[in-house]
Amino acid sequence: MPTPDTLARSHAAAGAAAAAQSPLLRFEQLSKVYATPRGPYPVLADINLEVNRGEFVCVIGHSGCGKSTLLNMVSGFATPSSGQVLLDGQPIRLPGPDRMVVFQGYALLPWMTAYDNVHLAIDAVKPQLSEHQKREIAMEHLAMVGLTAAADKRITQLSGGMKQRVAIARALAIRPQVLILDEPFGALDAITKEELQEELLTIWNTQKCTVLMITHDIDEALFLADRLVMMTNGPAAGIGEVLSIDFPRPRSREDIMEDPRYYELRNQALDFLYNRFAHDADAAP
Amino acid sequence: MTTSTNSTSSRSDRSPTGLPLWWKQTRKAFLPPLFGIGGFLLFWQLSATLGLTKLAGPLSLFTEERTRELLFYPFFDRGGLDKGLFLHAMNSLSRVALGYTLAAVVGIAVGIAVGLNKALDRALDPLFQFLRMVAPLAWVPIALVLFQNNQPAAIFVIFVTSIWPILINTAEGVRQIPQDYRNVALVLQMSNRNFFTKVLIPSALPYIFTGLRISIGLAWLAIIAAEIVMPGTPGIGFFIWDAYQNSYVSDIILGVIWIGAIGLLLDRLMVWLQNRIAAGQ
Repeated sequence: MPTPDTLARSHAAAGAAAAAQSPLLRFEQLSKVYATPRGPYPVLADINLEVNRGEFVCVIGHSGCGKSTLLNMVSGFATPSSGQVLLDGQPIRLPGPDRMVVFQGYALLPWMTAYDNVHLAIDAVKPQLSEHQKREIAMEHLAMVGLTAAADKRITQLSGGMKQRVAIARALAIRPQVLILDEPFGALDAITKEELQEELLTIWNTQKCTVLMITHDIDEALFLADRLVMMTNGPAAGIGEVLSIDFPRPRSREDIMEDPRYYELRNQALDFLYNRFAHDADAAP
Repeated sequence: MTTSTNSTSSRSDRSPTGLPLWWKQTRKAFLPPLFGIGGFLLFWQLSATLGLTKLAGPLSLFTEERTRELLFYPFFDRGGLDKGLFLHAMNSLSRVALGYTLAAVVGIAVGIAVGLNKALDRALDPLFQFLRMVAPLAWVPIALVLFQNNQPAAIFVIFVTSIWPILINTAEGVRQIPQDYRNVALVLQMSNRNFFTKVLIPSALPYIFTGLRISIGLAWLAIIAAEIVMPGTPGIGFFIWDAYQNSYVSDIILGVIWIGAIGLLLDRLMVWLQNRIAAGQ
Protein backbone atom coordinates (compact mmCIF):
# COMPACT_ATOMS: atom_id res chain seq x y z
CA MET A 1 0.00 0.00 0.00
CA PRO A 2 1.74 3.26 -1.07
CA THR A 3 1.71 6.13 1.39
CA PRO A 4 -0.02 9.32 0.23
CA ASP A 5 3.40 10.93 -0.02
CA THR A 6 4.89 8.41 -2.46
CA LEU A 7 1.66 8.37 -4.37
CA ALA A 8 1.84 12.10 -4.89
CA ARG A 9 5.48 11.88 -5.99
CA SER A 10 4.93 9.08 -8.46
CA HIS A 11 1.93 10.95 -9.78
CA ALA A 12 3.99 14.07 -10.32
CA ALA A 13 6.71 12.08 -12.04
CA ALA A 14 4.20 10.44 -14.33
CA GLY A 15 2.74 13.87 -15.09
CA ALA A 16 6.13 15.26 -16.03
CA ALA A 17 6.91 12.30 -18.25
CA ALA A 18 3.55 12.62 -19.91
CA ALA A 19 4.08 16.33 -20.53
CA ALA A 20 7.35 15.65 -22.32
CA GLN A 21 5.74 13.19 -24.71
CA SER A 22 2.17 14.40 -24.87
CA PRO A 23 1.10 16.98 -27.44
CA LEU A 24 1.28 20.66 -26.54
CA LEU A 25 -2.31 21.27 -27.55
CA ARG A 26 -5.16 18.83 -27.27
CA PHE A 27 -8.70 19.50 -28.48
CA GLU A 28 -11.05 17.12 -26.65
CA GLN A 29 -14.61 16.61 -27.91
CA LEU A 30 -14.75 20.34 -28.49
CA SER A 31 -17.98 21.94 -29.61
CA LYS A 32 -19.35 25.43 -29.75
CA VAL A 33 -22.97 26.51 -29.91
CA TYR A 34 -23.96 30.13 -30.47
CA ALA A 35 -27.26 31.43 -29.18
CA THR A 36 -29.10 33.21 -32.00
CA PRO A 37 -32.57 34.76 -32.12
CA ARG A 38 -33.69 31.70 -34.08
CA GLY A 39 -32.39 29.33 -31.46
CA PRO A 40 -29.05 27.70 -30.75
CA TYR A 41 -26.72 27.40 -33.72
CA PRO A 42 -24.03 24.72 -33.47
CA VAL A 43 -20.88 26.07 -35.10
CA LEU A 44 -18.43 23.33 -34.26
CA ALA A 45 -19.07 19.80 -33.07
CA ASP A 46 -16.85 17.02 -31.78
CA ILE A 47 -13.47 18.43 -32.65
CA ASN A 48 -10.62 16.16 -31.63
CA LEU A 49 -7.08 17.10 -32.53
CA GLU A 50 -3.61 16.94 -31.09
CA VAL A 51 -0.91 19.41 -32.01
CA ASN A 52 2.68 18.62 -31.13
CA ARG A 53 5.21 21.04 -29.75
CA GLY A 54 6.86 22.96 -32.57
CA GLU A 55 4.36 21.84 -35.16
CA PHE A 56 3.05 24.15 -37.89
CA VAL A 57 -0.63 23.46 -38.48
CA CYS A 58 -2.82 25.18 -41.04
CA VAL A 59 -6.60 25.14 -40.88
CA ILE A 60 -8.57 25.48 -44.08
CA GLY A 61 -12.28 25.46 -44.81
CA HIS A 62 -15.02 27.51 -46.41
CA SER A 63 -16.03 30.76 -44.79
CA GLY A 64 -18.52 30.31 -42.02
CA CYS A 65 -17.20 26.88 -41.05
CA GLY A 66 -15.98 28.06 -37.67
CA LYS A 67 -12.22 28.19 -38.26
CA SER A 68 -11.92 31.47 -36.39
CA THR A 69 -14.12 30.18 -33.59
CA LEU A 70 -11.86 27.16 -33.31
CA LEU A 71 -8.76 29.32 -32.95
CA ASN A 72 -10.56 31.72 -30.62
CA MET A 73 -11.00 28.83 -28.22
CA VAL A 74 -7.24 28.36 -28.25
CA SER A 75 -6.51 32.06 -27.76
CA GLY A 76 -9.19 32.21 -25.05
CA PHE A 77 -11.43 34.81 -26.70
CA ALA A 78 -14.18 32.19 -26.97
CA THR A 79 -15.08 29.45 -24.49
CA PRO A 80 -16.19 25.97 -25.57
CA SER A 81 -19.81 24.99 -25.11
CA SER A 82 -18.61 21.49 -24.31
CA GLY A 83 -15.31 19.71 -24.37
CA GLN A 84 -12.08 21.56 -23.85
CA VAL A 85 -8.74 22.67 -25.26
CA LEU A 86 -5.74 21.67 -23.18
CA LEU A 87 -2.43 23.48 -23.31
CA ASP A 88 0.25 21.37 -21.63
CA GLY A 89 -2.56 19.46 -19.92
CA GLN A 90 -4.20 22.61 -18.55
CA PRO A 91 -7.61 23.66 -19.87
CA ILE A 92 -7.56 27.06 -21.59
CA ARG A 93 -9.90 29.59 -20.01
CA LEU A 94 -8.66 33.11 -20.71
CA PRO A 95 -6.49 34.91 -23.25
CA GLY A 96 -2.84 35.02 -22.33
CA PRO A 97 0.54 35.89 -23.81
CA ASP A 98 1.56 32.21 -24.04
CA ARG A 99 -0.89 32.04 -26.97
CA MET A 100 -0.17 35.19 -28.92
CA VAL A 101 -2.41 36.15 -31.80
CA VAL A 102 -1.57 37.88 -35.07
CA PHE A 103 -4.92 39.51 -35.68
CA GLN A 104 -6.60 39.68 -39.08
CA GLY A 105 -6.59 43.49 -39.13
CA TYR A 106 -3.07 43.71 -37.64
CA ALA A 107 -4.46 45.37 -34.46
CA LEU A 108 -1.46 47.66 -34.11
CA LEU A 109 -1.80 50.91 -32.22
CA PRO A 110 -1.62 53.47 -35.05
CA TRP A 111 -0.49 56.43 -32.93
CA MET A 112 2.72 54.59 -32.03
CA THR A 113 5.80 53.69 -33.99
CA ALA A 114 6.58 50.14 -35.08
CA TYR A 115 9.17 49.93 -32.31
CA ASP A 116 6.74 51.20 -29.66
CA ASN A 117 4.16 48.61 -30.64
CA VAL A 118 6.65 45.78 -30.17
CA HIS A 119 8.07 47.35 -27.04
CA LEU A 120 4.60 47.74 -25.50
CA ALA A 121 4.00 44.00 -25.82
CA ILE A 122 7.36 43.10 -24.28
CA ASP A 123 6.77 45.63 -21.51
CA ALA A 124 3.34 44.19 -20.72
CA VAL A 125 4.43 40.54 -20.74
CA LYS A 126 7.93 40.80 -19.26
CA PRO A 127 7.94 43.89 -17.06
CA GLN A 128 10.83 42.48 -15.02
CA LEU A 129 13.32 42.87 -17.88
CA SER A 130 15.59 45.90 -17.93
CA GLU A 131 14.86 48.67 -20.39
CA HIS A 132 18.04 47.73 -22.24
CA GLN A 133 16.90 44.11 -22.63
CA LYS A 134 13.45 45.18 -23.78
CA ARG A 135 14.98 47.41 -26.39
CA GLU A 136 17.29 44.67 -27.57
CA ILE A 137 14.48 42.13 -27.91
CA ALA A 138 12.28 44.62 -29.76
CA MET A 139 15.04 45.56 -32.22
CA GLU A 140 16.02 41.92 -32.70
CA HIS A 141 12.50 40.96 -33.70
CA LEU A 142 12.02 43.99 -35.91
CA ALA A 143 15.26 43.01 -37.62
CA MET A 144 13.92 39.48 -38.18
CA VAL A 145 11.09 40.88 -40.27
CA GLY A 146 13.39 43.36 -42.01
CA LEU A 147 12.05 46.49 -40.34
CA THR A 148 15.16 47.86 -38.65
CA ALA A 149 15.09 50.96 -40.84
CA ALA A 150 11.37 51.51 -40.32
CA ALA A 151 11.41 50.97 -36.56
CA ASP A 152 10.72 54.60 -35.76
CA LYS A 153 8.02 55.06 -38.37
CA ARG A 154 4.45 55.45 -37.28
CA ILE A 155 2.10 52.60 -38.14
CA THR A 156 0.07 54.98 -40.32
CA GLN A 157 3.15 55.50 -42.51
CA LEU A 158 3.59 51.76 -43.17
CA SER A 159 2.23 49.66 -46.02
CA GLY A 160 -0.03 46.66 -45.39
CA GLY A 161 2.86 44.23 -45.69
CA MET A 162 4.99 46.22 -43.28
CA LYS A 163 2.13 46.42 -40.80
CA GLN A 164 1.77 42.66 -40.91
CA ARG A 165 5.52 42.36 -40.33
CA VAL A 166 5.23 44.54 -37.24
CA ALA A 167 2.34 42.41 -36.01
CA ILE A 168 4.45 39.26 -36.48
CA ALA A 169 7.47 40.86 -34.78
CA ARG A 170 5.26 41.89 -31.85
CA ALA A 171 3.79 38.41 -31.56
CA LEU A 172 7.13 36.63 -31.62
CA ALA A 173 8.91 39.12 -29.36
CA ILE A 174 7.01 37.83 -26.33
CA ARG A 175 8.05 34.25 -27.11
CA PRO A 176 4.62 32.60 -27.07
CA GLN A 177 4.27 28.82 -26.85
CA VAL A 178 1.60 28.96 -29.52
CA LEU A 179 1.43 31.51 -32.31
CA ILE A 180 -2.07 31.94 -33.70
CA LEU A 181 -2.50 33.56 -37.11
CA ASP A 182 -5.95 34.31 -38.48
CA GLU A 183 -5.59 34.62 -42.24
CA PRO A 184 -2.56 36.85 -41.83
CA PHE A 185 -1.77 37.36 -45.49
CA GLY A 186 -5.28 37.53 -46.92
CA ALA A 187 -5.23 41.28 -47.53
CA LEU A 188 -1.78 41.40 -49.14
CA ASP A 189 -0.76 41.36 -52.78
CA ALA A 190 0.68 38.15 -54.19
CA ILE A 191 4.34 39.19 -54.09
CA THR A 192 4.28 40.60 -50.56
CA LYS A 193 2.38 37.52 -49.50
CA GLU A 194 5.08 35.16 -50.78
CA GLU A 195 7.81 37.25 -49.17
CA LEU A 196 6.05 37.19 -45.84
CA GLN A 197 5.41 33.45 -46.04
CA GLU A 198 9.12 32.90 -46.51
CA GLU A 199 10.02 35.25 -43.66
CA LEU A 200 7.54 33.54 -41.39
CA LEU A 201 9.08 30.15 -42.18
CA THR A 202 12.60 31.44 -41.57
CA ILE A 203 11.66 32.86 -38.18
CA TRP A 204 9.67 29.77 -37.26
CA ASN A 205 12.72 27.64 -38.10
CA THR A 206 14.78 29.58 -35.56
CA GLN A 207 12.15 29.84 -32.80
CA LYS A 208 10.27 26.57 -33.27
CA CYS A 209 7.12 27.79 -31.63
CA THR A 210 3.91 25.95 -32.34
CA VAL A 211 1.87 27.63 -35.04
CA LEU A 212 -1.85 27.49 -35.73
CA MET A 213 -2.78 29.37 -38.85
CA ILE A 214 -6.06 29.90 -40.67
CA THR A 215 -5.76 30.22 -44.41
CA HIS A 216 -7.89 30.19 -47.53
CA ASP A 217 -4.95 29.38 -49.73
CA ILE A 218 -4.07 25.74 -50.38
CA ASP A 219 -0.64 26.58 -51.81
CA GLU A 220 0.18 28.68 -48.78
CA ALA A 221 -0.75 25.80 -46.49
CA LEU A 222 1.28 23.29 -48.50
CA PHE A 223 4.33 25.55 -48.42
CA LEU A 224 4.15 26.35 -44.71
CA ALA A 225 2.48 23.59 -42.76
CA ASP A 226 3.39 20.21 -41.34
CA ARG A 227 -0.25 19.28 -41.34
CA LEU A 228 -3.32 20.74 -43.00
CA VAL A 229 -6.58 20.43 -41.11
CA MET A 230 -9.54 20.57 -43.48
CA MET A 231 -12.87 21.50 -41.99
CA THR A 232 -16.29 20.32 -43.12
CA ASN A 233 -19.03 22.88 -43.65
CA GLY A 234 -21.22 24.18 -40.86
CA PRO A 235 -23.51 23.96 -39.05
CA ALA A 236 -21.80 21.64 -36.61
CA ALA A 237 -18.59 21.71 -38.64
CA GLY A 238 -15.90 19.25 -37.80
CA ILE A 239 -12.50 18.12 -38.95
CA GLY A 240 -13.03 16.32 -42.25
CA GLU A 241 -9.52 15.23 -43.01
CA VAL A 242 -5.98 15.99 -41.94
CA LEU A 243 -3.24 16.01 -44.58
CA SER A 244 0.34 15.37 -43.54
CA ILE A 245 2.72 17.53 -45.53
CA ASP A 246 6.16 16.04 -45.03
CA PHE A 247 8.32 17.96 -47.45
CA PRO A 248 11.80 18.31 -45.99
CA ARG A 249 12.71 21.55 -44.24
CA PRO A 250 14.01 24.13 -44.83
CA ARG A 251 11.67 24.31 -47.78
CA SER A 252 12.00 26.21 -50.99
CA ARG A 253 9.03 26.97 -53.17
CA GLU A 254 10.79 25.64 -56.27
CA ASP A 255 11.66 22.27 -54.74
CA ILE A 256 8.15 21.75 -53.48
CA MET A 257 6.62 22.62 -56.83
CA GLU A 258 8.79 19.99 -58.50
CA ASP A 259 7.79 17.30 -56.03
CA PRO A 260 5.06 15.05 -57.47
CA ARG A 261 3.56 14.64 -53.99
CA TYR A 262 2.77 18.37 -54.07
CA TYR A 263 0.16 17.84 -56.78
CA GLU A 264 -1.24 14.78 -55.06
CA LEU A 265 -1.75 16.76 -51.87
CA ARG A 266 -3.07 19.72 -53.75
CA ASN A 267 -5.59 17.61 -55.63
CA GLN A 268 -6.63 15.92 -52.42
CA ALA A 269 -7.26 19.30 -50.80
CA LEU A 270 -9.06 20.64 -53.88
CA ASP A 271 -11.20 17.53 -54.07
CA PHE A 272 -12.10 17.90 -50.40
CA LEU A 273 -12.97 21.59 -50.64
CA TYR A 274 -14.68 21.72 -54.02
CA ASN A 275 -16.21 18.28 -54.54
CA ARG A 276 -16.81 16.50 -51.31
CA PHE A 277 -17.46 19.59 -49.19
CA ALA A 278 -18.28 22.18 -51.80
CA HIS A 279 -19.47 25.43 -50.37
CA ASP A 280 -23.18 25.44 -49.69
CA ALA A 281 -24.36 28.98 -49.29
CA ASP A 282 -27.45 27.94 -47.31
CA ALA A 283 -25.34 26.26 -44.68
CA ALA A 284 -23.57 29.46 -43.71
CA PRO A 285 -25.11 31.32 -40.79
CA MET B 1 18.63 94.18 -73.52
CA THR B 2 15.30 94.91 -75.10
CA THR B 3 14.56 91.30 -75.77
CA SER B 4 15.47 90.25 -72.26
CA THR B 5 13.22 92.92 -70.76
CA ASN B 6 10.46 91.79 -73.04
CA SER B 7 10.83 88.18 -72.10
CA THR B 8 10.87 89.05 -68.39
CA SER B 9 7.74 91.11 -68.65
CA SER B 10 5.96 88.51 -70.73
CA ARG B 11 6.92 85.85 -68.17
CA SER B 12 5.62 88.00 -65.32
CA ASP B 13 2.39 88.43 -67.28
CA ARG B 14 1.76 84.75 -67.18
CA SER B 15 2.90 84.01 -63.64
CA PRO B 16 3.32 87.05 -61.41
CA THR B 17 5.89 87.07 -58.64
CA GLY B 18 6.49 89.27 -55.61
CA LEU B 19 3.80 91.74 -54.66
CA PRO B 20 1.45 91.03 -57.62
CA LEU B 21 1.58 87.32 -56.77
CA TRP B 22 0.80 88.02 -53.13
CA TRP B 23 -2.11 90.21 -54.18
CA LYS B 24 -3.42 87.55 -56.54
CA GLN B 25 -3.28 84.90 -53.85
CA THR B 26 -4.80 86.99 -51.05
CA ARG B 27 -7.43 88.66 -53.21
CA LYS B 28 -9.64 85.60 -53.30
CA ALA B 29 -9.25 84.93 -49.60
CA PHE B 30 -9.79 88.44 -48.29
CA LEU B 31 -11.96 90.40 -50.68
CA PRO B 32 -15.21 88.41 -50.30
CA PRO B 33 -15.27 88.52 -46.47
CA LEU B 34 -14.29 92.19 -46.62
CA PHE B 35 -17.25 92.92 -48.89
CA GLY B 36 -19.51 90.77 -46.78
CA ILE B 37 -18.66 92.46 -43.51
CA GLY B 38 -18.56 95.93 -45.10
CA GLY B 39 -21.95 95.39 -46.72
CA PHE B 40 -23.45 94.21 -43.45
CA LEU B 41 -22.10 97.23 -41.53
CA LEU B 42 -23.33 99.60 -44.24
CA PHE B 43 -26.82 98.07 -44.18
CA TRP B 44 -26.87 98.27 -40.38
CA GLN B 45 -25.69 101.88 -40.32
CA LEU B 46 -28.18 102.91 -43.00
CA SER B 47 -31.13 101.27 -41.27
CA ALA B 48 -30.12 103.01 -38.02
CA THR B 49 -29.62 106.40 -39.65
CA LEU B 50 -32.87 106.15 -41.59
CA GLY B 51 -34.67 105.25 -38.36
CA LEU B 52 -35.76 101.79 -39.56
CA THR B 53 -34.62 100.30 -36.22
CA LYS B 54 -34.11 101.71 -32.77
CA LEU B 55 -30.71 99.97 -32.57
CA ALA B 56 -27.78 102.35 -32.88
CA GLY B 57 -25.57 101.87 -35.91
CA PRO B 58 -21.92 100.75 -35.82
CA LEU B 59 -20.74 104.32 -36.14
CA SER B 60 -22.17 104.98 -32.67
CA LEU B 61 -19.05 103.26 -31.34
CA PHE B 62 -17.18 106.37 -32.42
CA THR B 63 -19.82 109.04 -32.14
CA GLU B 64 -20.85 108.28 -28.54
CA GLU B 65 -18.11 109.78 -26.43
CA ARG B 66 -18.46 107.25 -23.58
CA THR B 67 -18.25 104.33 -25.99
CA ARG B 68 -15.39 105.84 -27.94
CA GLU B 69 -13.37 106.08 -24.77
CA LEU B 70 -14.13 102.44 -23.95
CA LEU B 71 -13.19 101.45 -27.49
CA PHE B 72 -9.81 103.18 -27.54
CA TYR B 73 -8.77 102.64 -23.92
CA PRO B 74 -9.38 98.99 -23.04
CA PHE B 75 -6.75 98.92 -20.27
CA PHE B 76 -7.77 101.77 -17.94
CA ASP B 77 -8.62 100.92 -14.37
CA ARG B 78 -10.22 103.53 -12.15
CA GLY B 79 -11.01 100.96 -9.51
CA GLY B 80 -14.25 99.12 -8.76
CA LEU B 81 -16.37 98.51 -11.83
CA ASP B 82 -14.92 101.39 -13.79
CA LYS B 83 -12.48 99.45 -15.89
CA GLY B 84 -11.46 99.05 -19.50
CA LEU B 85 -13.08 96.26 -21.50
CA PHE B 86 -9.87 94.25 -21.64
CA LEU B 87 -9.87 94.00 -17.87
CA HIS B 88 -13.56 93.09 -17.84
CA ALA B 89 -12.83 90.41 -20.40
CA MET B 90 -9.92 89.05 -18.36
CA ASN B 91 -12.17 88.72 -15.34
CA SER B 92 -14.71 86.85 -17.43
CA LEU B 93 -12.04 84.65 -18.97
CA SER B 94 -10.67 83.56 -15.62
CA ARG B 95 -14.21 82.70 -14.53
CA VAL B 96 -14.75 80.73 -17.75
CA ALA B 97 -11.38 79.05 -17.33
CA LEU B 98 -12.37 77.81 -13.89
CA GLY B 99 -15.81 76.53 -14.93
CA TYR B 100 -14.47 75.03 -18.14
CA THR B 101 -11.54 73.28 -16.45
CA LEU B 102 -13.94 71.76 -13.94
CA ALA B 103 -16.19 70.67 -16.78
CA ALA B 104 -13.23 69.14 -18.64
CA VAL B 105 -12.00 67.19 -15.61
CA VAL B 106 -15.43 65.92 -14.56
CA GLY B 107 -16.62 65.45 -18.14
CA ILE B 108 -13.62 63.35 -19.20
CA ALA B 109 -13.66 61.29 -15.99
CA VAL B 110 -17.41 60.57 -16.10
CA GLY B 111 -17.26 60.11 -19.88
CA ILE B 112 -14.62 57.39 -19.51
CA ALA B 113 -16.60 55.68 -16.74
CA VAL B 114 -19.78 55.76 -18.82
CA GLY B 115 -17.94 54.63 -21.95
CA LEU B 116 -16.45 51.62 -20.18
CA ASN B 117 -19.51 50.56 -18.21
CA LYS B 118 -22.61 49.70 -20.23
CA ALA B 119 -24.92 49.55 -17.20
CA LEU B 120 -23.78 52.96 -16.01
CA ASP B 121 -24.23 54.26 -19.55
CA ARG B 122 -27.81 53.02 -19.74
CA ALA B 123 -28.55 54.42 -16.29
CA LEU B 124 -27.20 57.91 -16.91
CA ASP B 125 -27.50 58.56 -20.63
CA PRO B 126 -31.18 59.69 -20.58
CA LEU B 127 -30.33 62.08 -17.76
CA PHE B 128 -27.39 63.56 -19.68
CA GLN B 129 -29.40 63.88 -22.87
CA PHE B 130 -32.09 65.73 -20.92
CA LEU B 131 -29.82 68.02 -18.94
CA ARG B 132 -27.77 69.09 -21.92
CA MET B 133 -30.86 70.65 -23.50
CA VAL B 134 -31.34 73.05 -20.59
CA ALA B 135 -30.32 76.59 -21.55
CA PRO B 136 -27.64 78.45 -19.53
CA LEU B 137 -30.12 81.07 -18.33
CA ALA B 138 -32.42 78.39 -16.94
CA TRP B 139 -29.58 77.19 -14.74
CA VAL B 140 -29.15 80.60 -13.12
CA PRO B 141 -31.96 80.43 -10.54
CA ILE B 142 -31.18 76.78 -9.82
CA ALA B 143 -27.51 77.62 -9.30
CA LEU B 144 -28.39 80.48 -6.95
CA VAL B 145 -30.68 78.29 -4.86
CA LEU B 146 -28.12 75.51 -4.89
CA PHE B 147 -25.11 77.55 -3.81
CA GLN B 148 -26.66 80.61 -2.09
CA ASN B 149 -23.61 82.49 -3.26
CA ASN B 150 -22.90 84.38 -6.48
CA GLN B 151 -19.34 83.34 -7.24
CA PRO B 152 -19.81 79.52 -7.11
CA ALA B 153 -23.20 79.90 -8.81
CA ALA B 154 -21.59 81.66 -11.78
CA ILE B 155 -18.89 78.98 -12.05
CA PHE B 156 -21.57 76.32 -11.83
CA VAL B 157 -23.56 77.85 -14.70
CA ILE B 158 -20.45 77.77 -16.92
CA PHE B 159 -19.63 74.25 -15.74
CA VAL B 160 -23.09 72.83 -16.31
CA THR B 161 -23.41 74.46 -19.73
CA SER B 162 -20.11 73.23 -21.07
CA ILE B 163 -19.75 69.75 -19.56
CA TRP B 164 -22.13 67.82 -21.82
CA PRO B 165 -20.25 67.82 -25.13
CA ILE B 166 -17.05 66.81 -23.30
CA LEU B 167 -18.79 64.03 -21.42
CA ILE B 168 -20.78 62.68 -24.34
CA ASN B 169 -17.87 62.80 -26.79
CA THR B 170 -15.45 61.18 -24.35
CA ALA B 171 -17.92 58.37 -23.69
CA GLU B 172 -18.35 57.87 -27.42
CA GLY B 173 -14.59 57.87 -27.94
CA VAL B 174 -14.17 55.15 -25.33
CA ARG B 175 -17.03 53.12 -26.81
CA GLN B 176 -15.40 53.42 -30.23
CA ILE B 177 -12.09 51.87 -29.15
CA PRO B 178 -11.76 49.07 -31.70
CA GLN B 179 -12.32 45.56 -30.36
CA ASP B 180 -8.93 44.69 -31.86
CA TYR B 181 -7.14 47.01 -29.43
CA ARG B 182 -9.09 45.56 -26.51
CA ASN B 183 -8.17 42.05 -27.67
CA VAL B 184 -4.49 42.98 -27.83
CA ALA B 185 -4.73 44.29 -24.27
CA LEU B 186 -6.47 41.05 -23.23
CA VAL B 187 -3.99 38.68 -24.84
CA LEU B 188 -1.03 40.65 -23.45
CA GLN B 189 -2.77 40.77 -20.06
CA MET B 190 -1.98 44.46 -19.99
CA SER B 191 -2.29 46.13 -16.61
CA ASN B 192 -5.23 48.49 -16.17
CA ARG B 193 -2.85 51.40 -15.90
CA ASN B 194 -1.08 50.50 -19.12
CA PHE B 195 -4.38 49.96 -20.93
CA PHE B 196 -5.56 53.33 -19.72
CA THR B 197 -2.52 55.37 -20.69
CA LYS B 198 -1.32 53.45 -23.74
CA VAL B 199 -4.59 52.41 -25.38
CA LEU B 200 -7.70 54.08 -23.99
CA ILE B 201 -6.60 57.71 -23.78
CA PRO B 202 -4.73 57.89 -27.11
CA SER B 203 -7.54 56.06 -28.87
CA ALA B 204 -10.28 58.32 -27.47
CA LEU B 205 -8.24 61.53 -27.71
CA PRO B 206 -9.67 62.82 -31.02
CA TYR B 207 -13.20 62.46 -29.62
CA ILE B 208 -12.23 64.12 -26.36
CA PHE B 209 -10.81 67.06 -28.27
CA THR B 210 -13.94 67.43 -30.37
CA GLY B 211 -15.89 67.68 -27.12
CA LEU B 212 -13.43 70.16 -25.64
CA ARG B 213 -13.68 72.36 -28.72
CA ILE B 214 -17.48 72.45 -28.77
CA SER B 215 -17.51 73.08 -25.04
CA ILE B 216 -15.17 76.04 -24.97
CA GLY B 217 -17.61 77.86 -27.22
CA LEU B 218 -20.49 76.97 -24.94
CA ALA B 219 -18.58 77.97 -21.81
CA TRP B 220 -17.94 81.38 -23.29
CA LEU B 221 -21.57 81.68 -24.42
CA ALA B 222 -22.66 81.04 -20.84
CA ILE B 223 -20.67 84.01 -19.51
CA ILE B 224 -23.52 86.51 -19.76
CA ALA B 225 -25.93 84.16 -18.03
CA ALA B 226 -23.30 83.49 -15.39
CA GLU B 227 -22.49 87.14 -14.73
CA ILE B 228 -26.09 88.30 -14.55
CA VAL B 229 -26.14 86.62 -11.16
CA MET B 230 -23.03 88.54 -10.07
CA PRO B 231 -23.89 92.21 -9.90
CA GLY B 232 -21.05 94.36 -8.65
CA THR B 233 -18.22 92.21 -9.99
CA PRO B 234 -16.30 93.16 -13.11
CA GLY B 235 -16.80 91.00 -16.17
CA ILE B 236 -17.85 91.38 -19.78
CA GLY B 237 -21.24 89.78 -19.14
CA PHE B 238 -21.90 92.11 -16.26
CA PHE B 239 -20.71 95.04 -18.38
CA ILE B 240 -23.31 94.28 -21.04
CA TRP B 241 -26.05 93.68 -18.50
CA ASP B 242 -25.16 96.94 -16.78
CA ALA B 243 -25.09 98.87 -20.06
CA TYR B 244 -28.53 97.46 -20.86
CA GLN B 245 -29.88 98.57 -17.51
CA ASN B 246 -28.58 102.08 -18.31
CA SER B 247 -29.75 101.97 -21.94
CA TYR B 248 -26.20 102.53 -23.25
CA VAL B 249 -26.92 100.76 -26.54
CA SER B 250 -23.57 101.52 -28.17
CA ASP B 251 -21.80 100.08 -25.10
CA ILE B 252 -23.75 96.88 -25.53
CA ILE B 253 -22.64 96.68 -29.16
CA LEU B 254 -19.03 97.15 -28.14
CA GLY B 255 -19.35 94.46 -25.44
CA VAL B 256 -20.88 92.05 -27.96
CA ILE B 257 -17.97 92.69 -30.35
CA TRP B 258 -15.53 91.84 -27.57
CA ILE B 259 -17.44 88.64 -26.75
CA GLY B 260 -17.54 87.57 -30.38
CA ALA B 261 -13.84 88.27 -30.92
CA ILE B 262 -12.75 86.41 -27.81
CA GLY B 263 -15.02 83.47 -28.64
CA LEU B 264 -13.48 83.31 -32.10
CA LEU B 265 -9.97 83.40 -30.62
CA LEU B 266 -10.81 80.62 -28.15
CA ASP B 267 -12.18 78.45 -30.94
CA ARG B 268 -9.10 79.04 -33.12
CA LEU B 269 -6.91 78.17 -30.14
CA MET B 270 -8.69 74.85 -29.72
CA VAL B 271 -8.42 74.09 -33.44
CA TRP B 272 -4.71 74.81 -33.26
CA LEU B 273 -4.32 72.55 -30.21
CA GLN B 274 -6.41 69.83 -31.84
CA ASN B 275 -4.29 69.94 -34.99
CA ARG B 276 -1.11 69.72 -32.96
CA ILE B 277 -2.40 66.71 -31.06
CA ALA B 278 -3.75 65.12 -34.24
CA ALA B 279 -0.38 65.63 -35.92
CA GLY B 280 1.11 63.74 -32.98
CA GLN B 281 -1.31 60.87 -33.60
